Amino acid sequence: MTIAVINSGGANLGSVVHALNRLGAESVLTRDAVQIRAAERVILPGVGAAAWAMNALREAGLVEVIRSLNQPVLGICLGLQLLFERSEEGDAECLGLIPGTVQKLAVQPGQRLPHMGWNQLNWTVPDDPLARGLTGDEWFYFVHSYAAPTDAAVATSEHGDRFAAIVRRGNFAACQFHPEKSAAAGGRILGNFLEREIA
Amino acid sequence: MVAVRIIPCLDVRDGRVVKGVRFRNHREMGDIVELAARYRDEGADELVFYDITASPQRRSVEVTWVEKVAEAIDIPFCVAGGIRDVDTARAVLHAGADKVSVNSPALERPELISELADAFGSQCVVVGIDSIRDGSALRVRQYTGDPDNMVDPRRDTEHWVEEVQRLGAGEIVLNCMDADGVRTGYDLEQLGHIRRLSRVPLIASGGAGREQHFLDVFEQADVDGALAATVFHSGQIAIPALKRWLGERGVVTRQEKKKQ
Repeated sequence: MTIAVINSGGANLGSVVHALNRLGAESVLTRDAVQIRAAERVILPGVGAAAWAMNALREAGLVEVIRSLNQPVLGICLGLQLLFERSEEGDAECLGLIPGTVQKLAVQPGQRLPHMGWNQLNWTVPDDPLARGLTGDEWFYFVHSYAAPTDAAVATSEHGDRFAAIVRRGNFAACQFHPEKSAAAGGRILGNFLEREIA
Repeated sequence: MVAVRIIPCLDVRDGRVVKGVRFRNHREMGDIVELAARYRDEGADELVFYDITASPQRRSVEVTWVEKVAEAIDIPFCVAGGIRDVDTARAVLHAGADKVSVNSPALERPELISELADAFGSQCVVVGIDSIRDGSALRVRQYTGDPDNMVDPRRDTEHWVEEVQRLGAGEIVLNCMDADGVRTGYDLEQLGHIRRLSRVPLIASGGAGREQHFLDVFEQADVDGALAATVFHSGQIAIPALKRWLGERGVVTRQEKKKQ
């Protein structure tokens, strides 16, 4: 299977490649439109600010490329937020593949921002292919201050607000947490994404 | 609900892990990747690597071992030591670290914190603070990795905590130097005080000796994570047992499932 990890220019892209290697799956970190279109799986990782990341995708000529992908695509962290129409972070126009606006987490007094650490999921669509083999009480590693609305969520999590932890729309799915840093449970999510029958 | 984080800290010198007591008399502990993998398997929630020689010698951290750690483990880790510019931070983050931690270089040049936050986002930027009691005041210390070159940057801990957050720090590690290495418990009073000044996650460092100390620091100082070295490196406290024990006492911890 060919896996393209989109080089969105952010920090720590190598971690996704390392995680795929640990699963025995070879991937390529790329900005090449031809390579991305031809891949059987595409991963859109991202760490950093939405406006900055969208600029990087625009400069690389990848906005339309990503919008037109038909194969399974997995966004990670900022990669989830970029799938939505807009982000409040830097008032950025995003890819618009999922309706809604990404907003800053409204935390209670005394709650910390960023939401940094291990948290659990509430699967609203328990038979989503990414949930396969999970019991529902696993922990996943989150690091973010902005979050997406839950309308397209198949799993939610909570920090101040309830927010989308995993979203799915057609061939596009995405995790707000970092599966590549979420120990065995995260490995299972990535493994599920690579399964043949997910498409 | 976010789980508290149990964070072993691995002090690195010349590419090897060493352990320190009161920052003196180091003794070699072992291979970085081996120890990182051991802690990952035991259920550590995160790892911190401090290159303790880098800052006083004005060197930056080697990235080859960072890459090896990133290849081997699937939990987040932070690298500290001699990161004094955006390019070095980028090299460390691209090698696979999730966060960089700055301490002495941020005291030299506080703008470094905002430069890093602008380049990578606050979530990648940890500020380490070495704090010492001075009568009733709390004072910051610089270059604590080398006792002969330690500097008093003439800053109150409280003011520095406020300033680093204003500049874009995404997390603070507060190392209470009076408690460090003596294993009589975290400085609960100081950590609780600094907790109230922190909007970002706060990690306690310095003083862990027994399981009870971890319970105390989560219950009484409301910190987000507890960092320790010796008690873990020596095997005196096993992380799986510690997390189970804390869980039984109502502290929310991540419990790793046994492999099927």
